[in-house]
Amino acid sequence: MSPSVPLQEMIRAIRSARTQCEERGVIQRECAAIRAQFRQADNGGRSHNLAKLLYVHMLGYPAHFGQMECVRMIASPRYSEKRVGYLGAMMLLDEKQDASLLITNSIKNDLSHSNQYVQSLALCTLACMGSAEMCRDLAPEIDRLLRASNSYIKKKAALCAVHIVRKVHELGELFVPAARSLLSEKNHGVLHGAVVLIIELCEQNPETLERFRKTVPDLVQIMKGLVLSGYSPEHDVAGISDPFLQVSLDPWDQIAACVCDAVQVATNTDSTKTVGNAVLYETVLTVLDIKSESGLRVLAVNILGRFLLNNDRNIRYIAMTSLQKIVGTDHNAVQRHRGTIVDCLKDQDASVKRRALELSLALVSASNIRSMMKELLLFLSSCPPELRAHAASGIFNAAERYAPSQRWHIDTMLHVLITAGGDVRDETVPNLIQLITNASELHCYTVHKLYRALLLDISQQSLVQVACWCIGEYGDLLLKGDCQETEPVQVTEDDALDALETVLQSHMSSPATRGFALTATMKLSTRITDNVDRIRSIVSIYGSCIDVELQQRAVEYNALFRKYDHMRAAVLERMPVIEKNSPGHTNGESTGEAVKDVPTAKMKQGEPLLLQHEDRSDHPPGPAVDCLVSGLSVHAAGTAGGDLLDLLGGFEPAELSPGEPLSVTHTHTHTLV
Amino acid sequence: MQFMLLFSRQGKLRLQKWYVPLSDKEKKKITRELVQTVLARKPKMCSFLEWRDLKVVYKRYASLYFCCAIEHQDNELITLEIIHRYVELLDKYFGSVCELDIIFNFEKAYFILDEFLLGGEPQETSKKTVLKAIEQADLLQENVDFQMRLFAGTVCESPNNPRCSVEH
Repeated sequence: MSPSVPLQEMIRAIRSARTQCEERGVIQRECAAIRAQFRQADNGGRSHNLAKLLYVHMLGYPAHFGQMECVRMIASPRYSEKRVGYLGAMMLLDEKQDASLLITNSIKNDLSHSNQYVQSLALCTLACMGSAEMCRDLAPEIDRLLRASNSYIKKKAALCAVHIVRKVHELGELFVPAARSLLSEKNHGVLHGAVVLIIELCEQNPETLERFRKTVPDLVQIMKGLVLSGYSPEHDVAGISDPFLQVSLDPWDQIAACVCDAVQVATNTDSTKTVGNAVLYETVLTVLDIKSESGLRVLAVNILGRFLLNNDRNIRYIAMTSLQKIVGTDHNAVQRHRGTIVDCLKDQDASVKRRALELSLALVSASNIRSMMKELLLFLSSCPPELRAHAASGIFNAAERYAPSQRWHIDTMLHVLITAGGDVRDETVPNLIQLITNASELHCYTVHKLYRALLLDISQQSLVQVACWCIGEYGDLLLKGDCQETEPVQVTEDDALDALETVLQSHMSSPATRGFALTATMKLSTRITDNVDRIRSIVSIYGSCIDVELQQRAVEYNALFRKYDHMRAAVLERMPVIEKNSPGHTNGESTGEAVKDVPTAKMKQGEPLLLQHEDRSDHPPGPAVDCLVSGLSVHAAGTAGGDLLDLLGGFEPAELSPGEPLSVTHTHTHTLV
Repeated sequence: MQFMLLFSRQGKLRLQKWYVPLSDKEKKKITRELVQTVLARKPKMCSFLEWRDLKVVYKRYASLYFCCAIEHQDNELITLEIIHRYVELLDKYFGSVCELDIIFNFEKAYFILDEFLLGGEPQETSKKTVLKAIEQADLLQENVDFQMRLFAGTVCESPNNPRCSVEH
């Protein structure tokens, strides 16, 4: 049996261990010694041994063999042993352990001990880890202590009662009369405990509210007394508990009057120290929570506005959190502080930024959309990565709802794509394309802008996809070169094809993007005059591409060149305006090339989709927008043969599988050959 | 308050007080994650963060992080005050407290915390009262210890008595 080492020695030994292994060795030796000591009969060092064990437990090593020792020590008559025993009980035992029931009797005895410090130990332990059974057993004792003891014990008993009421709601009834009598105490600690107890009782059981309603004026008196009698940090916690109580009481007229008084308190409270701010904050929360009249609410919002200007970041943060809660109801009041909130977007702290972003997005309205958007776009270019997706989608929503003009809308979306293209959601691409097709007078402008953006940067997939689609679709406008809204720039056919080829060949392009580029190249074959051969060669190269999707497309396009050249013009004509909410389209599964469904399913729920802040993680990236089907459906009547109708007939957009288009094309081949 | 953690800059736990019943495994997991999250924050950042479904209020004093997890209806600014008050108490008790004091006298740190907070709520707002209570309790403990050592014959009540059996 090795000699027991004093606690401090052991701590020193553990700390001086240089490796994890060494530390484990020291601890194992110590634990063995402690275990041996526990088995022995009573000796003087029991409390030290348990303390050592608790230290070891805090470092993360198992210490469950100390539980019985805790129980034994709690039952010991010596104060030092009781102290450590109770500490051990709070650390090692919790209500899920069976051993915790064993200490119930000890606690009961200690609650009636002559020494108040022993009583306090028992109360503390009960409040910390008392299980429901223990609470039920000991509730009468606590009630007794609430009535007849000194203030030191009363305050602890009150908080212990709070714990009991939280654990076993039915026992709340037991404490109501005692709680009421406690309110007449002078001692701050007791008052505070009493108030917390009353709050808890009222929260659990609305009927008790009735009984405590009469005490509200008393509480306000207390609060007034606290503030007017000169402020000292000692009283701050008691001071705010009272507004707290107001919160849990439902509004009646008397409350309104009392809250006015509370606000009186608030205006007198010194707000230069954090404590004062805490009291103000609590008052504000109270005013906002209960249905107070508008004058009070404006006052509360003004206090929050003052908080926003505070230098302390913490205060700004909580001000914004509170404003977020009321921005739905008191929109105008919060609008007044828009400037400050927008400034907070530039703050260094990520939590403050997040709050400011959410609040700013909530404050966007038709009147301030342009200026807010400027700020938000600025924010987007410098915001931390985890906020980008949220910011981008928020901007899109806002733009969708309040865009003053189509051109502005398109500009904004392009700007977002350029800045944060990697973080936008997948449905952005089809949405933007749909928007563009709808703004027919802006096609020229859009395609020029996109072309320029494409030249600068091809790493942002969403942007590249949209750009490719537009170049393919409106290539003729691009090549014409004269556009009223932007400076004229001469784009030759070679330039356009170069751009598309770069995208095709770049390793940064995703397969979906490549698909877009290939289709765009194909479309250009009908829009340009000179370089059709170049297009044919590009397309045929990709006929042996390793990517199945691309290969499929390339093969089919090749077929279009060779066998169905007469149909090419019709097939690749300008697409009709895509309508929102077109029925009969499914989610664009980008499976077969020939069956690119218009992803209007996503647009079908256009508005609500955008307004829902959900992450759509599983949508296939960039469902291709090319709709040869719709192109075909429009021109089917005018082209050669009902064979095309066969083609159409074989398409049930809902049940496509990757293999199907191939087989369809084969049937096509068969019928037409 | 749901729990309070004290940990060093290296992530070593110095004190943990749990006011909700959780299994050991859960406690360890929560501690590990929260410590990582808080240590990753930069110095000038806000003292409040949202973690899981709790609000976490933390403050750094010298090399120790004081971290409290509170529920949604609790007031964050008051929690900051509570943390500050606890540090003041420790300071008064240990006389210019440093991390080593809390390491070597962890049980005293717990006793002080138990005098200040009960069941997650502050029980006494006056510093003087708390410190006085601790003092009295310590005195009581010392008396008991003294009695014990007297009984065991290792300490002598009357050092000048030649007939005392204890060796001087």
